Amino acid sequence: MIKVLMARAKQGYRTSAFPVEPPALSDRFVGAPVIGRPKCPPKCSKCVELCPMQCISRNTEKISIDIGKCIFCGKCAESCSPGILHFSKDYRMAVRKREELVLSGPVINLAEELNKEMKKLFGRSLKLRQVCAGGCNACEADVNVLNTLAWDLGRFGIQFVASPRHADGLLVTGPVTENMKLALKKTYEAVANPKLVIAVGACAISGGIYEGHSEANNGVQSIIPVDLFIPGCPPHPSTILDGLLRLMGRLKGDAREKINDSQPIPPVGDQLETRKKLIRSVIRS
Amino acid sequence: MFRGLIMSEKNYISIHNSEAFPVKSIPIVDIDDFRETVITEIERGKRLASFFGRPLNESAVCLTAVIADDKRGCLQILSTEVEKSYQSLTPDCSQANCFEREIAEQWGIVPLGHPWFKPLRFHHSYRKEYDAWERGLDEEILPAHTDFYQVSGDEVHEVAVGPVHAGVIEPGHFRFQCSGERVFHLEIALGFQHRGIERAIISGDKSKIPHYMETLAGDTTIGHSVAYAQAMEALSGCLVSGRAQILRGIMLELERMANHVGDIGALANDVAFLPTASYCGRLRGDYLNMTAMICGNRFGRNMVRPGGVMYNLDASLISQLSRKLEEVFSDTENAIGLMWDSPSAIGRFEDTGKISREIAEELGLVGVAARACGFERDVRFDFPTGIYCFSQIPVATFSTCDVFARAYVRGLEIQRSKSFICEQLETITGDDIFTVPGDSAPDMAVVSMLEGWRGEICHFAMTGADGNLLHYKVVDPSFHNWNGLAASMRNEEVSNFPICNKSFNLSYCGHDL
Repeated sequence: MIKVLMARAKQGYRTSAFPVEPPALSDRFVGAPVIGRPKCPPKCSKCVELCPMQCISRNTEKISIDIGKCIFCGKCAESCSPGILHFSKDYRMAVRKREELVLSGPVINLAEELNKEMKKLFGRSLKLRQVCAGGCNACEADVNVLNTLAWDLGRFGIQFVASPRHADGLLVTGPVTENMKLALKKTYEAVANPKLVIAVGACAISGGIYEGHSEANNGVQSIIPVDLFIPGCPPHPSTILDGLLRLMGRLKGDAREKINDSQPIPPVGDQLETRKKLIRSVIRS
Repeated sequence: MFRGLIMSEKNYISIHNSEAFPVKSIPIVDIDDFRETVITEIERGKRLASFFGRPLNESAVCLTAVIADDKRGCLQILSTEVEKSYQSLTPDCSQANCFEREIAEQWGIVPLGHPWFKPLRFHHSYRKEYDAWERGLDEEILPAHTDFYQVSGDEVHEVAVGPVHAGVIEPGHFRFQCSGERVFHLEIALGFQHRGIERAIISGDKSKIPHYMETLAGDTTIGHSVAYAQAMEALSGCLVSGRAQILRGIMLELERMANHVGDIGALANDVAFLPTASYCGRLRGDYLNMTAMICGNRFGRNMVRPGGVMYNLDASLISQLSRKLEEVFSDTENAIGLMWDSPSAIGRFEDTGKISREIAEELGLVGVAARACGFERDVRFDFPTGIYCFSQIPVATFSTCDVFARAYVRGLEIQRSKSFICEQLETITGDDIFTVPGDSAPDMAVVSMLEGWRGEICHFAMTGADGNLLHYKVVDPSFHNWNGLAASMRNEEVSNFPICNKSFNLSYCGHDL
């Protein structure tokens, strides 16, 4: 017993102050992409060609990027001239409608809260059943981490429950493999109305890198309606929690401009040079 | 004995881990010799690291076996050609069980006399005219719709669980045959996570391949992407700088530490020893955050590419990392030590989920599960590549073959990985971290192995006449070990399943691909 108490003293209080304080992110964290004001140079489509996900399209003067497909590899930004496209350190990206994930400017319309009736039901207590439908266990791990004392999900009234019968909604990860399609539908049907569906990660939103595979579907929306989209590959825990809290109406406002470090990620050592080398090799091939 | 020696000398070639060799040098023997060689070699204590089929033409399929000789640190490869069926190896070599079912499912080749012949991932055959179970092209294939081993009698009942489980975990289907609380048999049906990655590597967009590797099993991002990088570097003759090798080693060990800490925490949670469970949950995140300090992503995405690594460390980051590691490791020792000091927690682990050494050997278990049965089996030691050629990590083993052994080996490995990372951070030299890899040589093949946190990761890559990938085969450690979990549940109580399961913590998507 004395050892347990001593360990308790050593381990200390470790629950993060999020959302009151911003989360501690790595200096190299790749957050939401920002498309700046300058026009793209004529005929330049380097980013479009480099993107392994084909999530960037070039319009007449500008580009748009679909962060519902993006896996945040950052290749596009490295090939780009300053000010046009860069990745910020902003972790907030969750939205309510699929089309809002296609960005053509600096602003993301972050998720709005549930309507009055739904908020009354779920705003203070949200029980979710998680369904992994082809997820690679990275999204699942970063959902799970919210249950640890570092994030203490319970303090927001959110809990992952063991049965869809106990749940207010589903949190789905993965592109929905053919072999999980039926199980997902049945789980959805087992949740009482009204219910919510939350798609976490690029795969769940659009099929991610498995888009077009005959073994998988192109995301949750192709099977059941989705109420909240949380992009990332995988999304950072703070991105997920931010989305959930916004949906419940417990976090408001678009304070995106206030985040003062939405600058391009500074190159460290020869990192930039290395990545340029890689990009040249990719262009060559 | 003498006959066997002579026969085997001409029946296979011996190669080393991550060493390219011409495809033509793989001997193609007839099926009888193939069977005899594989069965004899496995009986001698070697392991079947990989066994797969690839189509040669309209009608023939080439079967290739990769046999790991742990003692000599080399790999033996041989091939045979079959059309529709062949005499199954499984009755004489249990390690071939899942491999043969996989080959049957992918290419419609029937292993005659296979004792438990059923699909593995539940998809249509890749050769349209051939289906091992004679299912039609339009016939719907539903996962886990197949025979299950059944026990009947008074008081015998069946418990079915999944694919959707009670926790935040991947889908799989488990069938227990029980008498009261006692489990006679557990059968595991997977395939729910099948995303068709191996096919997409060959026929899909090349620029996606590194990302497929990173999501084969998302918790083993570094493991699988290093295995892929090693394979491609061998095929293109690309020399990777020492600094890049060191950085790969650091990342791989951080991945191991994060997952092992998480597993120990999960085990503590399942026996309701909450202090260790809570602390380890937080500490796992701290290790992931150290990975993110290096490459921006908690799972090591975008870090490893053929040719080297994408992110470097400067002096200030090295000192930050060292400081953080000391701090987090000290908390880890404290959190885990607390459980080792609690007889009530340890009592639940001891003698639970035992697999005998013989069964472990017969099934060809790898990684922590094998080392917990006393086998000194570790790719970092037996088949070292990269930094592990220069800096060796002592193999951690324990001999009680139970849940405790699997937890304790994890604890030892956390300590050794920590010493390794500290040593590397102190001595890291060089500047270059990336060499642009050239084109892959045509008609070459390579076996790339690596000790991921779960165990042996084995990738086989082969190029065609144009230098493009013609075949790619991934074997995740889980592929070998799922049957180990089933074996550990024999005569256990159903209520011990969670701790047995967590003591293995296998990958569903790594198995399903």
